[in-house]
Amino acid sequence: MTTSRTLQLKAALLSALIFLTLLGIWYVATASSGAGGAAAAMTPEQIEYAKMMGKEVGATKSGGFPTLGQMGSTVWGHLANPFYDNGPNDKGIAIQLAHSLGRVGLGFALACLVAIPLGFIIGMSPLLRRAFDPFIQVLKPISPLAWMPLALYTIKDSSVSGIFVIFICSVWPMLVNTAFGVASVKREWLNVASTLEVNPLRRAFLVILPAAAPTILTGMRISMGIAWLVIVAAEMLVGGTGIGYFVWNEWNNLSLTNVIFAILMIGVVGMLLDLAFGQLQKAVTYVE
Amino acid sequence: MWSEVPSRLATPVSPAPSLPQRKVSPVDGFLKIEKLSKAYQPAKPVFADVSFTLERGEFVCVIGHSGCGKTTILNVLAGLDTASGGHVFMDGREVVGPSLDRGVVFQGHALMPWLTVRQNIAFAVKSRWPEWPAAKINVQVEKFVAMVGLSHAIDKKPSQLSGGMKQRVGIARAFSIQPKMLLLDEPFGALDALTRGTIQDELMTIVRQTQQTVFMITHDVDEAILLADRILLMSNGSETANGYVPGGIAEEVVNPLPRERTRAGLHHLDGYYELRNHIVDFLVTRAVAH
Repeated sequence: MTTSRTLQLKAALLSALIFLTLLGIWYVATASSGAGGAAAAMTPEQIEYAKMMGKEVGATKSGGFPTLGQMGSTVWGHLANPFYDNGPNDKGIAIQLAHSLGRVGLGFALACLVAIPLGFIIGMSPLLRRAFDPFIQVLKPISPLAWMPLALYTIKDSSVSGIFVIFICSVWPMLVNTAFGVASVKREWLNVASTLEVNPLRRAFLVILPAAAPTILTGMRISMGIAWLVIVAAEMLVGGTGIGYFVWNEWNNLSLTNVIFAILMIGVVGMLLDLAFGQLQKAVTYVE
Repeated sequence: MWSEVPSRLATPVSPAPSLPQRKVSPVDGFLKIEKLSKAYQPAKPVFADVSFTLERGEFVCVIGHSGCGKTTILNVLAGLDTASGGHVFMDGREVVGPSLDRGVVFQGHALMPWLTVRQNIAFAVKSRWPEWPAAKINVQVEKFVAMVGLSHAIDKKPSQLSGGMKQRVGIARAFSIQPKMLLLDEPFGALDALTRGTIQDELMTIVRQTQQTVFMITHDVDEAILLADRILLMSNGSETANGYVPGGIAEEVVNPLPRERTRAGLHHLDGYYELRNHIVDFLVTRAVAH
């Protein structure tokens, strides 16, 4: 026990060290692009010329990569007031994330409703498994964004199309994993259920579902990961709201600090989603 | 050839007077197996023409080499497999599928690893009596867990139990639905010798108390002698000079030892070595090359 604890402590220290090193590299690399250094070296004439050319000397807005200080103030600014809403192009980061999470949640939930029952049926019936297999094999590798034009044309609503794209990318891993999990439930557990004359519904919910649950949850976890990857791209295309739109909008504003901040938030939220599914997976996993 | 009269039958079988509860009436025929056969290749059935009966309250063991079809016979009796030919009747009705009337103890314990011991047995009890309230189910579960001496582990998951404890739970589950008969498929095959002995004793005590009818598969000669009232010796199918001969029951041996025998005293009983040698000789010389 103590060895694993010291290992954990060492790993945490090392992580912190790596983090500080990265920040250090960032600090050193962006130190020259800061505003102060450049202005001090200029003669008054040069400064005047620069002003006439529309360049604010000494202003923090520089063309280079943002410094750590600028980044810090941006992060603080967003996190201090995450829920403001100043019209369509200026919303708090929490509101943007909530829009993205809402789309992902809805698309994912729809995918669960379709993939898990269908996967169950496919897993139980070798005939259906073979019949569905070619469709799954062809549809699975399609990039979810390739569906976007078709979705926009048929659904005629950009927001719903986003949800559809999430749905279509979440469906396959869940479907395949559910079918696999159900098909590989141990024969002996099914035999126990048979000798106990368990009716099909009880057998499905009390034997097959718990037996296949770890595999199904793995599929859901993979689906959620893909959905979170796809939502950013989908929102860049669809626009309006969401973290993907925020990234694109801030790119158009040439505000790299905001883009970097959004990237970090995408990573953190993705990690939290994965952790949540990891916990769920732990809850249904059994040791044989 | 398999209808030869076994010399063993000549030994007088005298049920011990101290055990008057043995309710075996010779004409009862509680479980009847008639001309059962199983063939994966039509020309070469694994076994054919297997007929025997079990009386109510009787403990019958089948012993034979791997591949002779013991497990297939048991699965047919359980309703989990179908025979290529022949019929099985229990209590006058043909066996056509699995039934709660026949409790099965599987080779691997077949406990559901996501349920605790209590939940595993409650699942069986609830399947048997769906209308029972939770409290009544719980009473039944605790009674049968106590019967195999696992009350202290009732809320543990199977993964937290030893192999012997798991198999005990499997036995408790089979008994908890109070079936008309029990089918045991090498229940102690995976256990070490010491654990095996202890559970054999437990099983014997429980079977004697409940007067359960039992059909059991085993590889272990001593286990068969200890537990069984009657031992069916099975031969494998084999190629002979006269063509292929399917496997089947070569001999039925009635156990002449007193019914209240114990594992510890078994090898001191008169007739034990004679019986044991007879079965071992069968397995070594006659079971395969028929």
